[in-house]
Amino acid sequence: MKRTYSLVLFLIGMGLTQASVAKLNIFACEPEWASLVQALGGSQVTTTVATTAHQDPHRIEPRPSLIAKVRRADLLVCSGAELEIGWLPMLQRQAGNRKVLPGRVGYFETAQQVERLGIPEKLDRSMGDVHASGNPHVHLDPHRLLKIASALSERLITLDPSNTAHYRSRFDDFTSRWQQAVQQWQRIAEPLKGARVVVHHQDWDYLFDWLQIVKAGSLEPKPGLPTSAGHLAKLRQALKEEPAVAIIYTHYQSPKAANRLSQLTGIVALELPYTVGGGEGVTDLFSLYDETLKRLLKVIP
Amino acid sequence: MYFPISIVTALLFALGSAAVVAGDGGGFNPSISLILDGRFTSYDNGTDYELPGFMLGGEAGRGEEGFHLGHNELAISANVDDMFYGKLTAVVADHEGDTEVELEEAFIETLALGHGLAVKGGRFFSGIGYLNQQHPHAWDFSDAPLIYRGLFGDQLRDDGLQISWVAPTEHYLKLGGEMTRGERFPAGGASHDGKGAGSLFIKIGGDIGESQAWQIGLSHWQADIEDRTSGGHHHDDGTAEIPTYNGDSQISGVDFVWKWAPAGNASERNLKLQAEYFIRDEEGTVVMDDGSETPEMSTYDGEQKGWYLQTVYQFMPRWRVGLRYDRLESDNRGSDEEVLSEAGLDDEGHTPERLTLMSDYAHSEYSRLRLQFAKDDSNEDRDHILTLQYLMSLGPHGAHRF
Repeated sequence: MKRTYSLVLFLIGMGLTQASVAKLNIFACEPEWASLVQALGGSQVTTTVATTAHQDPHRIEPRPSLIAKVRRADLLVCSGAELEIGWLPMLQRQAGNRKVLPGRVGYFETAQQVERLGIPEKLDRSMGDVHASGNPHVHLDPHRLLKIASALSERLITLDPSNTAHYRSRFDDFTSRWQQAVQQWQRIAEPLKGARVVVHHQDWDYLFDWLQIVKAGSLEPKPGLPTSAGHLAKLRQALKEEPAVAIIYTHYQSPKAANRLSQLTGIVALELPYTVGGGEGVTDLFSLYDETLKRLLKVIP
Repeated sequence: MYFPISIVTALLFALGSAAVVAGDGGGFNPSISLILDGRFTSYDNGTDYELPGFMLGGEAGRGEEGFHLGHNELAISANVDDMFYGKLTAVVADHEGDTEVELEEAFIETLALGHGLAVKGGRFFSGIGYLNQQHPHAWDFSDAPLIYRGLFGDQLRDDGLQISWVAPTEHYLKLGGEMTRGERFPAGGASHDGKGAGSLFIKIGGDIGESQAWQIGLSHWQADIEDRTSGGHHHDDGTAEIPTYNGDSQISGVDFVWKWAPAGNASERNLKLQAEYFIRDEEGTVVMDDGSETPEMSTYDGEQKGWYLQTVYQFMPRWRVGLRYDRLESDNRGSDEEVLSEAGLDDEGHTPERLTLMSDYAHSEYSRLRLQFAKDDSNEDRDHILTLQYLMSLGPHGAHRF
């Protein structure tokens, strides 16, 4: 009796999966990757995104709705490098979708496609929330992003070879627009070189690496740990000796700590979009970079 | 049920060289994670704990007074290969002066059957209810709801097989079934050649906008029970009688959880509301086993039910407060009311209830300090219970369920 029952369920499952073959069903962990997938896949992909710019990608509830989405996905596009370690493995284990398990063709980790910064030499919980595979916030360096786009486009072709020409032409189009934009961004960002900036979390390492901005301190005493009065006092002292031009944070972080330090030091606190959807008019990766530079240049003329 | 501690020690030495780097068990070395749980509890009431109308078993009880250790557990888990995942959890506890290790969980689970199917085998927490699958260290209060204490002896777990299926639908829909041995409380006797208990559960869930998420579950459990015993009844002349139940047992339940966080960002503030209701029907006989040829006995037709409602609010990073209300009811009948009363099945005209307040501080996601206060009317003698607790987690520790 039980056996017939599961056989019936199995067949229903098969039927429903077959029906959704027409378009690639893509589950992006963060909005920046949803935007990239949409740019590269166009009409051939349906994209759902697990998080918004208002949510901390380190801390997401493995909600029932996300399990249902992973269950139906053909491809997961996530940062990897342990950014999603607190919730994605739980979704993968619960969804029962073998196509998107680690090591399978349906699981794509963007941070694994590029060289990562901040790979720790030693791992210890007393150091805070450190990632063994390095800093996973890789999308704010345009050169690394293009490398990721290339690998992701290849992955789409592997999954959906009948539309190879479509994916190739979209990738070529994206590349030429991106390269043009990068040249312009580099030109206008010239004044940012060497500027000293305080950050909330290590979200900005790749942006700083690209623009040669100097990290003057972090509001989090250790990665992932909330700031404390003692730590702010220490920062204030350090900034007295070597001042900075801005304190940056993003939408998913509370502005309280940045504003407090701003009051203490007179250094301007600045909210940056960080990802797609993180500010007005930030609707894709191009406008994300445009707006980030615009806001930085406003305080660092 | 209890294994010498040397087994685990040996196991640990065998793995001793496996220096674990922060990983998720995907490497060659298994993940070893340790939960440390210590408490200080004070009670007003010196009498033995009882829950009128319920035959207690399993872990049920109010715990020790003063400084004592809680639920210290060691878990070893890893992907066995690309098809299976395996996990063993051992609880280390003192029982009457001896340190013993209890095998809390030991199961394997398929990883890659696909089509939404998963099969789990071994000893595991049943998928029924909401709280049942969570480890005690993931609970929001330091003890189980009264209905879990009364029906399951805190938690339902058994040895057997579980099959579950997630539907490929827009909304979350999961169906599951279990067939288990039926030897542990609240079953007993491993009837039907060691296939004495079974369960079915269904869960649905989804989001409301980007700030709210919910899940509703329905579950059913049943068992044919042979010789289930519960806490003894002592007479003044020194003889003891052990209430022993034979018959069938059915438990049905509904569970609900709703979570809110502003714009779905739980790191600053978040709110959780959760409620569960269970009802148990039993029909059989109760024997007061005193070792004699002709023990007292009674037919027994019982119904016990109860619910709890709790809410936990994180009002700023690291800090949470919570409130929980428990309420139970029972209606047990039989041919000999006195026997039922001696077996703890008389509700004594009392409706057990409890109100619990909790506040905790998590320095990081790996450490938590908790203060809890309960006004406990489990029985006629009201108790005020104050608990101080630490809960620490060492080593790689996977995500918790929704």
